[in-house]
Amino acid sequence: MLQLKNVHKVFNEGQPDERVALAGIDLELKSGDFVTVIGSNGAGKSTLMNVITGVLAPDAGEIWMDGKEVTRLPEFKRSARIGRVFQDPMAGTAASLTIEENLSIAFTRNKTRTLARGVTKKRRAFFRERLAELNLGLENRLTAKVGSLSGGERQALSLLMATLTYPSLLLLDEHTAALDPARAALIAEMTERIVRASRLTTLMVTHNMQQAIALGNRLVMMDAGRIVAAFDEEEKKTLTIEKLLAVFQQMRSAASDRLLLNAFPPGAGLPGQGGE
Amino acid sequence: MFASIFGALESGIIFAIMALGVYLSFRVLDFPDLTVDGSFVTGAGTAAAMITRGLDPILATACGTLAGFIAGCFTGLLHTKGKIHALLSGILMMIALWSINLRIMEDAANIPLLGKHTLMTEMADFAKITGLDASLNAALKAVGLGESLPRTWGILILMLALTLIIKMLNDWFLQTEIGLVLRATGDNKRMSRSFSANTDRLTILGLGLANAWVALSGAIYAQYGGFADIGMGVGMIIVGLASVIIGEALFGTKTIARTTLAVIGGAIIYRIVVTLALRIEFFKPGDLKLITAVIVVLALVVPKAVDNRREKRRRKRRQAPADDRNREAEQRAAT
Repeated sequence: MLQLKNVHKVFNEGQPDERVALAGIDLELKSGDFVTVIGSNGAGKSTLMNVITGVLAPDAGEIWMDGKEVTRLPEFKRSARIGRVFQDPMAGTAASLTIEENLSIAFTRNKTRTLARGVTKKRRAFFRERLAELNLGLENRLTAKVGSLSGGERQALSLLMATLTYPSLLLLDEHTAALDPARAALIAEMTERIVRASRLTTLMVTHNMQQAIALGNRLVMMDAGRIVAAFDEEEKKTLTIEKLLAVFQQMRSAASDRLLLNAFPPGAGLPGQGGE
Repeated sequence: MFASIFGALESGIIFAIMALGVYLSFRVLDFPDLTVDGSFVTGAGTAAAMITRGLDPILATACGTLAGFIAGCFTGLLHTKGKIHALLSGILMMIALWSINLRIMEDAANIPLLGKHTLMTEMADFAKITGLDASLNAALKAVGLGESLPRTWGILILMLALTLIIKMLNDWFLQTEIGLVLRATGDNKRMSRSFSANTDRLTILGLGLANAWVALSGAIYAQYGGFADIGMGVGMIIVGLASVIIGEALFGTKTIARTTLAVIGGAIIYRIVVTLALRIEFFKPGDLKLITAVIVVLALVVPKAVDNRREKRRRKRRQAPADDRNREAEQRAAT
């Protein structure tokens, strides 16, 4: 379904503020996989998302979707088959358009848009039906501007819009992080329900370890632009936050050891040591 | 007095088409497009040059509109493909159009159209032949306004019809599938792209359409005023902006159809205000641009000032009972 082959991305290469965001990512999602990605700030999670969606072009490596290479395909072409929900509830919808107009844009994502009317009677009935599944009463507010909705309602609408056309891939970028705990739980529950019902192949980035363990059938941990740990379906079933934290600490100390070795390369001699 | 208001109404309706274009770029696309000052003349010059060559005025007007569309597309190309700042791409196009317009006008800074067969003479003829003029003038005489009858009613009525057709075309377009993603592109580019909208192409299309309306307005205004002039577009963007802001402030923006109607109303009211202001003895015709600038500043500042005052008064009202209670408590303490 989705395949990343040795993907690299460096920002500001050759300059003092050079930063390696992705250092050789290999990742494969089978159809129906729901993979959660965790990692600290700067681990490269956002860059990973941006490379998959085509916001950023990788420096090296290949990205394949549905058996076709999409590495150089522009973002707007790729997004016909990729649904996305952003962290910012304002980002996934157009505030000055009504709910039904937003849904119409989502509905036509994988079609050629024409000069036909965007919101037809038939589509409106379909939108109402799908909105009713959210249990937020939005089905009675089809002609309300999206800007008048609360953050939680907007995020629920974003989720519905992202999944409306059953995309080949659903990307969730910390999409519950900006909500209060009650709303976050609601959106997480909604996500699980929709993904399961439509068997969507999903990649979810999160900071919340509890959520990363609770959702999905696979989990990967990223650090410094690499996938440092991966848990498959069986391993994930027995995973706990304590175990995850332990792995994380281990990786971190290994990383700082590596940093230390890089600071004092072999041959230069470590301080207080007579050399090799 | 009646004649000048009548004239203001006529030109206001013509400028309303330009204002609809400015609404498309400024409001729908959120793109401060300064191409307008140039594309207005492009429309006027193209139409005038073709009419003086004896071509059909309707064809000439259509070609002027098309020229404006192309100019707008170039501004969009500069911004999206050239990654040039929106304001700067508009200014660059405006400057470039000055030279292009001169070429279109065959190096003449002014093309007179008096005595030529234009859209306006056609409209006037239409009103005369159909008896529209006679019946409406009779009605005016009946209510005692007989001493200053307008030259023709044809321009006012047919222009109003044309402007309303453009408005409805605009409203319809913004509700189509392409129109919806165009609006989303002006609202939230990131969202728009994530739903597979080619935001570059939509921005180019939107700017082309906006400048097509502006050029159409220019082409008609040249025929109305009886000339095309290389400098007639100066400050046009401010006139358009004034119309949009005044209209939105007075008539509201609840739906798209309402907003575009408001923009037309704003354009007409702006013309009437300017006409009335120029009738004040103190002002000279050259003060027009200053008056325009002042009107726009007022339209931007006054609504905010009114809101502030209202807010202050509200706070005062909430404060007052508390003050009363305090005073009572003080008195009780004193006794």
